[in-house]
Amino acid sequence: MSNIKYLLLRRVTQIGLMFLYFGANAYGWHILEGTFGASKLFGFIPLADPYTTLQVLASGFVLGADVLLGAVIITLFYFVVGGRAFCSWVCPINMVTDLANWLRRKLNLDKEEVNYRFLKRNARYWLMVLGLIVSAVVGVAAFEVLSPITIMQRGLIFGFGAGISVVIAIFLFDLFGVKNGWCGHLCPLGASYSLIGKASLIRVKHDHEACTNCMECKIVCPENQVLHMINKESISVTDGECTNCGRCIDVCGDDALGFSIRSFGNKK
Amino acid sequence: MANSDNNRRKFMATTLQSVGLTALGGLLWSGYTDEVKASPLVLRPPGALAEEDFLKACIKCGLCAEACVNRDSNKNKDGSKRDGTLQMAKGGDHRMIGTPFFIPTDVPCYMCDDIPCVPVCPSGALNEESVTNEKGELDINQARMGLAVVHKESCIAFWGIQCDACYRACPLMDEAITLNYQKNERTGKHAFLLPIVHSDVCTGCGLCEQACVTEEPAIFVLPIEYSTGKAGDHYVKGWDKKDQLRAGDRNLDEIETKTERSEQKASDYLNTEVEY
Amino acid sequence: MALNRREFLKSAAAASAASAVGIAVPSNLNAAATDAQKDWRWDKAACRFCGTGCGIMLATKEGRIVAVKGDPAAPVNRGLNCIKGYFNAKIMYGADRLKTPLLRMNDKGEFDKFGKFKPVTWQRAFDEMEKHAKIALKASGPEGVAVFASGQYTVMEGYAAQKMMKGGFRSNAIDPNARHCMASAVVGFYQTFGIDEPSGCYDDIEITDTIVTWGSNMAEMHPILWSRVSDRKLSNPDKVKIVNIQTYTHRTCDIGDINIIFSPNTDLALWNYIAHEIVYNHPEAIDWDFVKQNIVFTAGPLNIGYGMRRAGEKSITPVNKDGSAGKYTAKEMEIINKEMVKTISAKEAPALAPYGVKEGDKMKNTPGTLKHWHISFEDYKKSLEPFTLDYVAKIAKGDPNEDIEEFKKKLQGLADLYIEKGRKVVSFWTMGMNQHTRGTWVNTLSYNVHFLLNKQALPGNGAFSLTGQPSACGTAREVGTFCHRLPADMMVKNPKHRAVVEKKWNIPAGTLNPVGNQHIMKIHRDIEDGVVKFAWVNVCNAYQDSASASHWIKAAREMDNFIVTSDGYPGISAKVSDLVLPSAMIYEKWGAYGNAERRTQHWRQQVLPVGNAMSDTWQWVEFSKRFTVKDLWGEQPLRGKDKKGNPKKLPNVIKDALKMGYKEDTTMYEILFANKAAKSYKIDTKKFPQEGFDNSECLGDSRNVKGSDGKVFKGYGFMIHEYLFEEYAFFGRGHGHDLAPFDVYHKVRGLKWPVVDGKETQWRFNVKYDPYAAKAAKAAGSDSTHAFYGPLAKNLLQGNLNGPDKKLGKKSLKNKAKIFARPYMDPPEMPDENYDTWLCTGRVLEHWHSGTMTMRVPELFRAVPEALCYMHPEDAKAKGLKRGELAWVESRRGKVKARVETRGRNRPPQGLVFVPWFDEKVFINKVCLDATCPMSKQTDYKKCAVKITKA
Repeated sequence: MSNIKYLLLRRVTQIGLMFLYFGANAYGWHILEGTFGASKLFGFIPLADPYTTLQVLASGFVLGADVLLGAVIITLFYFVVGGRAFCSWVCPINMVTDLANWLRRKLNLDKEEVNYRFLKRNARYWLMVLGLIVSAVVGVAAFEVLSPITIMQRGLIFGFGAGISVVIAIFLFDLFGVKNGWCGHLCPLGASYSLIGKASLIRVKHDHEACTNCMECKIVCPENQVLHMINKESISVTDGECTNCGRCIDVCGDDALGFSIRSFGNKK
Repeated sequence: MANSDNNRRKFMATTLQSVGLTALGGLLWSGYTDEVKASPLVLRPPGALAEEDFLKACIKCGLCAEACVNRDSNKNKDGSKRDGTLQMAKGGDHRMIGTPFFIPTDVPCYMCDDIPCVPVCPSGALNEESVTNEKGELDINQARMGLAVVHKESCIAFWGIQCDACYRACPLMDEAITLNYQKNERTGKHAFLLPIVHSDVCTGCGLCEQACVTEEPAIFVLPIEYSTGKAGDHYVKGWDKKDQLRAGDRNLDEIETKTERSEQKASDYLNTEVEY
Repeated sequence: MALNRREFLKSAAAASAASAVGIAVPSNLNAAATDAQKDWRWDKAACRFCGTGCGIMLATKEGRIVAVKGDPAAPVNRGLNCIKGYFNAKIMYGADRLKTPLLRMNDKGEFDKFGKFKPVTWQRAFDEMEKHAKIALKASGPEGVAVFASGQYTVMEGYAAQKMMKGGFRSNAIDPNARHCMASAVVGFYQTFGIDEPSGCYDDIEITDTIVTWGSNMAEMHPILWSRVSDRKLSNPDKVKIVNIQTYTHRTCDIGDINIIFSPNTDLALWNYIAHEIVYNHPEAIDWDFVKQNIVFTAGPLNIGYGMRRAGEKSITPVNKDGSAGKYTAKEMEIINKEMVKTISAKEAPALAPYGVKEGDKMKNTPGTLKHWHISFEDYKKSLEPFTLDYVAKIAKGDPNEDIEEFKKKLQGLADLYIEKGRKVVSFWTMGMNQHTRGTWVNTLSYNVHFLLNKQALPGNGAFSLTGQPSACGTAREVGTFCHRLPADMMVKNPKHRAVVEKKWNIPAGTLNPVGNQHIMKIHRDIEDGVVKFAWVNVCNAYQDSASASHWIKAAREMDNFIVTSDGYPGISAKVSDLVLPSAMIYEKWGAYGNAERRTQHWRQQVLPVGNAMSDTWQWVEFSKRFTVKDLWGEQPLRGKDKKGNPKKLPNVIKDALKMGYKEDTTMYEILFANKAAKSYKIDTKKFPQEGFDNSECLGDSRNVKGSDGKVFKGYGFMIHEYLFEEYAFFGRGHGHDLAPFDVYHKVRGLKWPVVDGKETQWRFNVKYDPYAAKAAKAAGSDSTHAFYGPLAKNLLQGNLNGPDKKLGKKSLKNKAKIFARPYMDPPEMPDENYDTWLCTGRVLEHWHSGTMTMRVPELFRAVPEALCYMHPEDAKAKGLKRGELAWVESRRGKVKARVETRGRNRPPQGLVFVPWFDEKVFINKVCLDATCPMSKQTDYKKCAVKITKA
């Protein structure tokens, strides 16, 4: 069980949150209402997605105070718990891409990795900026019209319609196309959380002494470039692209990885 | 040296490619976004900003739809819930995805007196002020979701049938829809009772469209900008003191007129020869 | 409303230039059919729905009705329709039409009251009916077999049903749903004119100057007539006035010059106020020549009760200590007890002062009586004395927020319009005045005013009862499918009338039962008391349409009885039945309806019925095959004791029957339906009107339905529709009810009876227009303009307001009509602290009655999918209810959930709610009180007390 502890916790969190959102519409609960774009917690605490908020502002609309306050709250929250914790602990697309990834490994699709020359992991930052520019040009929050994340979330709450095809497309892209293609390369929302999370407090820490160089962690990590310290030195994973998913901790048989609070006192 | 040259060339090429691809992506993305936002005949919740602003402002959170479907009055007699008026646009709905809208023939807006959908809007896309009266109370009568239009060739009341189903269904009966009584000269002893919609009162709730008994509704709600014309600001009704308000504050820069005839400067025109 | 009035007048002014309006009317109604339509067959028929009686044309193609149009030649509607009429082509094709008989059975295939409905053959269905009818006869005699009949029967169906019931079963327990809708008007006509049905006709609308509606939402209930009223108003907006007198504001008030909102039941006071104005303040307006020649003054008893259950009846015995009694709760008994004794209230006491009755008096009620006697004009005048403007305004003002002075002005305006010399006035009413615990009273009060002013039975003048159902007049009333009636205004209790009928029917003298008291509420109560053990629901929805519904449903489902429902669609009645029979619907059979203006309209069978459905006529005729002389015509017990104290009974007439040539095993079919006279009506498919049309009863049809004997039904072989119609018509011809021959009706767009020398009659009792009046006047040597020749109750005792004086002897009043002294009295249930709100029920334009047809038309269903509880916004606020929320509407009898509506078409004053009854999911008749007018036995659905709480 210990090798899937965080995985289970994440799934419980993701599904639980989604159920609360679903219940807000289906049963009129007032625990977590709305969608990621903007939500209300316990019927009064506003929450809003920072990147969505930025897009709306870029489109030229002065938003209501609720959303602005909500975006601040969310930014502060992920600033503490680790920016891309959203991606692995909240976002429902994560379950889709994780499934694709798992299948890739099972079907040995990883072996035949194609060289996608133009699709670098930093493409998401370009897209993130581009999203804001397009928002400004067209006058609509641009990522929101195609975001598979909110399409899937609204699908779960209000019914999918043809929106399911976007989710399937992401799944197929990650399965047969680029490994970690969506979350690891393209998603501008993830990119925005990477930036927020750059300085966050909760971090995975590597213990070089205990490590046996089995590299299991690097195999399961969806952003394995962040684990550059493996087999090298005992430091925290400080890269913002780490999603704090804890899979590396789960699979590590040597207790060489674990969550810790970042200590700003230490240099590097 | 050669190596670094190589590296520099490679870096330059990669950067160029990235920029180029980004530009291409940006163009495609803009084009797509512009296309999906162009779904003009969509009815928005009460208090919605003008469509252009609404699309900017709506954060697609669905709080309005959730408030609508979960309002106290939306229960069946067995306690089960009915479909809400507001739907969140899904793929395939041919409306800007994730935005709230309604289709009167599915579920019209019942014009709840407490307007549960508007105050919950966090972004300001649904403007509470626009559905608030002078006393500071929420007032659904102020909503302008659209405007009902009667197609008189398919409206059976214009055939002389005693229908007025729309009139009776109207929550602002006798204000938003009135009946125009006219003699039916053909029969000589019956009257036409013709529904007339008043755009200054109609909220666009769509109850008339839902109640219409023709196969396809002969009365239907369109967004106001598609169901109304506009008379020129330069003319004010001499018999109506309030009409001047309609003209608003005219922009002096737009006072000058231009047609094909007046395109040329006067002197340029005069300096051309008259053919004879 | 003000805006609307203004708009109206504006449009009226514009109407003089109406030709400039440019409305495109399809001008060529005979436009050439397209190729696709060349096999459409168009034929005329009558609209299925209300009492207006619009003419329609139906197109059929390959055995299905494909289109409908208003009949441009029909005088009532000239090619127009309302939206229900617009859907006539769609009403028969709902996906859940009943197509085969269904019986409640156990797994072994035996009848089981608690079993599930399973399909059975017609033969099995009739086997069960025969068995259970015989059980009921054995247990309770003829009074144990009952029929819930209908004002929507075709004339022939109604006649067949009543012939078998009264002539065969010797049971008078057949009563139509028209009892719920027209009975008070009928008793009003009988008491006033001595003969049923209105003196005027719709042409009054075009001639009159004033239209006053009393308890009638014409705009929704008679839309085509309303469009004629609207047209009349348009034609002269300044002269023509419309006054609406209602308990809440509705569509009809839209173009009212005066809209009076009155407190329920005080219409009695309003009529008396107008009469008071005439007699006390404008005596010059009385046309004494007319009154002296044509009118007598009369009065009747006051302590007539409210038509509820009476002490000693089985279901309210025993009376328990907590106030409950038998099957009724203590709360229900609070009201029912008033049937025996009532305390005079402060509200009604002044009105009753001329009769020597004071506030706080205990009035002991005796069951409703039709008794009345002559009084003098002075006595009548005395009875009006209390109805001053002050008193009437005080008790009648229905909107608590209205200023009393404003209200008084309206009342004065109303009286002035009636009184104005030379002004023609028509008073229309529908259910508001009929569904009324003093319905007969208020009906007769309407004629008082018209008589005093000589404004009755004249073109453009008269009080006119608008009928609800399409054939309440034609079938229920004229054919006489009431428990107390025989065809053409004859009565079962009159030995001469029985003799006429027995002779024509060729049945032994003494066969007919003289006791006709099982009206529709009595049938329900008799089922609850265990007396009626076999009941058959025909063309109505008796279990949805009756007040205190829970009692009747419980009795049907839990007691030892057998309930059969014949219907086109499954509704509440079918649901509580033991056997359900699939009926042919209107255009699947030959038929005739009679509308509110005495217009009889026929149609031919347009298409074959769906599935194995067969007409109600066929069902009755087949049923008659199961009973013989020996089964029915022996001695039969009746309830109660005769004058000598012996148990009542019907004599054994078998011997007489044998003398007439019948045998003991001759079936009722042979005697009542397939007799010599019947067989003289030949089938001739080569001749008009039979040529080219189906006739499932007479010829069988291509469906080869297996009939009641299990064999394919091949038809009766004679023209049974014509036979039934002609035999029925026989009774009226020469008695002021003359109908034209069967064939004629297939050529014309209906005719208003009496049809004398081929001509219809527009204004009855008027010497100028009515040949019967002319004849009566001539015979009496009178020079009067009128002769009220109706024969009923025309020989009366004389007396004063308090009773007749036998010493003075009887006085004949041949050719005279009556003015009645009848005061205001409270209804039995009024709002109090616990039940603080009046409940009024009714219909909406979109749906017909219980919605079995219209709720199956998608467009109509969509337009009005559920019944709403209309209430005043301030009341809703006070009870913490938001618009659209569900509320409990609860009375002493039950409660239903309904959605609150504070806007829209019906706008009640504070203290009153309106809930329509079409929606079985808002089963409002569980809430309503089954109090009736004790004289007419018509239920008052317009007022009871409820409380409204958040659901």
